[in-house]
Amino acid sequence: MLDVTQTKTPLLDVQNLVVEYSVGGRTIHAVSDVSLQVARGETLGLVGESGCGKSTLGRAVLQLRKAVSGHVLFDGQDLTAMQGEALRKMRRRVQLIFQDPIASLNPRRRIGDIIAEPLVISGVKDPEKRKQLVSDVLTAVGLDPALVTGRLPHEFSGGQFQRICIARALVLNPDFVICDEPVSALDVSIRAQILNLLEEMKARYGLTLLFIAHDLAVVKAVSDRVAVMYLGRLCEVGPSEQLFAHPAHPYTALLIEAIPVPDPDVRPAERVPAGEPPSPMAPPSGCRFRTRCPRADARCAAEVPELRAVAPQQFVACHHPLIEAA
Amino acid sequence: MTASALLSVEGVAVDLATPRGNLRAVDHVDLAIGAGRTLGIVGESGCGKTMLSRAILQLLPKKAKLSGRVMFDGQNLASLDREALRKLRGRSLAVVFQDPMTSLNPVLTIGTQLIETLQEHLELDGPAARKRSVELLAAVGIPAPEQRLTQYPHQLSGGMRQRVAIAIALSCEPKLLIADEPTTALDVTIQAQILDLLAREQRRRHMAMILITHDLGVVAGRTDEVAVMYAGRVVERAPTPDLFKKMRMPYTEALLAALPKIDAAPHTPLPAISGRPPDPTRPIAGCSFSPRCRYADDRCKREKPPLAAPESPDHQYACFHPIHAEARVRA
Repeated sequence: MLDVTQTKTPLLDVQNLVVEYSVGGRTIHAVSDVSLQVARGETLGLVGESGCGKSTLGRAVLQLRKAVSGHVLFDGQDLTAMQGEALRKMRRRVQLIFQDPIASLNPRRRIGDIIAEPLVISGVKDPEKRKQLVSDVLTAVGLDPALVTGRLPHEFSGGQFQRICIARALVLNPDFVICDEPVSALDVSIRAQILNLLEEMKARYGLTLLFIAHDLAVVKAVSDRVAVMYLGRLCEVGPSEQLFAHPAHPYTALLIEAIPVPDPDVRPAERVPAGEPPSPMAPPSGCRFRTRCPRADARCAAEVPELRAVAPQQFVACHHPLIEAA
Repeated sequence: MTASALLSVEGVAVDLATPRGNLRAVDHVDLAIGAGRTLGIVGESGCGKTMLSRAILQLLPKKAKLSGRVMFDGQNLASLDREALRKLRGRSLAVVFQDPMTSLNPVLTIGTQLIETLQEHLELDGPAARKRSVELLAAVGIPAPEQRLTQYPHQLSGGMRQRVAIAIALSCEPKLLIADEPTTALDVTIQAQILDLLAREQRRRHMAMILITHDLGVVAGRTDEVAVMYAGRVVERAPTPDLFKKMRMPYTEALLAALPKIDAAPHTPLPAISGRPPDPTRPIAGCSFSPRCRYADDRCKREKPPLAAPESPDHQYACFHPIHAEARVRA
């Protein structure tokens, strides 16, 4: 097993995970043999375009989607082998924040109840204690408990509501939070507030984060390391600064080049049209990016590239990477 | 407004009746765009940018009340009847929406939709319209265009549908294309391709284009001029290089600073704008941005700053305490 964090016991250790599901009798290869580790206290960014399997991977970590094969070790224990009460106990330590906060919660329940629900489920029986915990966590995310707990979801704006969702995810004091596109539905000015809040909460609650997003600039702003996925496979993993300054995978380079730069002197590159991703129902043989890759040759069609080191802590799955190991 | 403008928007306001009272979605906007020029309109959700584009297209919801004047190619659009407007919209005034399915018909093939448009507006015969359709699909980067003619929109990816919508919009050589968040629903790499395509066709056809977006990064290298909207008003408008380098309006500065920078180190705190945009059913007496502005004083809270151009005629802003370029906090 390739240990990409080079730590002895990562908090999350995903090993050769394969997730497939069928739609209309055809198989979608959503996550194909992905291995990655997240060290305690670290933020790992996971980027890729729609359909690359990044959200499915997040859900498979939580066992909300069953893996065909592979393992998800959390704090040394294999979640894929757990069931019932044991799995529920572990899940308290791993929480999920969604892209569309309004759609993710019951519109007819009051905010106080929505946030207290995980406490009820996990057996905090004393209502006064629950009330105190809800009040503490709301204050932590920058909301006034007195003004918020009695109100209904529709009374809040998207940004406030994402604060509420973050409060709900944190009320059980988890170790690990999976943020699935937490800011992509928010406006620029609100997005910055929520990103800053996630960073504050990470420090305050000692969290480890898996931050899933399609926006590279957003991912870079919060992540220690970044993993890039394409059509179900991991292309590249590396420290954020290194990966952005020296991308090794042609797909990572394409993603970076596609970011709109708010500078009028940077004329958008007249790039070679790089096509569109093929269907995850029939992924290309060998390297899945080869149909859009300027560097692809016969070997890329024949052989699946294995993840290998090109720089300290930087790993790439490519036969013809943009940088080579020294 | 200059006499040579292809489109001029003069004191346009849009009022919407809502259960919570009147909502002023667009508040006295003046804009102009010359032939072959590109204008970016930037703002966050609810700032009125989409309502403004609907007002220009005369496609407002029934409950909306429009005041002011929209002059296009020498005609007052409000004076045209439905039929004349329909002809104009298909022909010289085209639009691309965020969701291509807004303009594509799900039960007709791509070919039928393109060919019909060409026959209707350009009065081409069947074979000529068909030939032209294939050329258009090829021009917008659709592989195997002949085959695509027989396909339905649902058989295409989101990026391909947006290309088809652009092909239809371009089919009659419009003088002005309004692109309303044309890439927001698309993936990053596809977004770049579509923006490149729009820029290329705009230049090649010498067509005017209004690019409406929430992303300052999208307009930076792709427009001649940018108007920033906040709470229904244009709060700053300048040639694109000036807007980014000599911005005067604190909101523009804050919006740019709040964007995560690709060259910043991870975990750099973002200069977020506190609070959120005002409730449009409860207008603020003074500057709409004043509750969130770090430069605001009592006057800003009482009095609405007019959109004016005190320094150079093409740089307008609505602020009593404009930022001085030299004192500006570098983002």
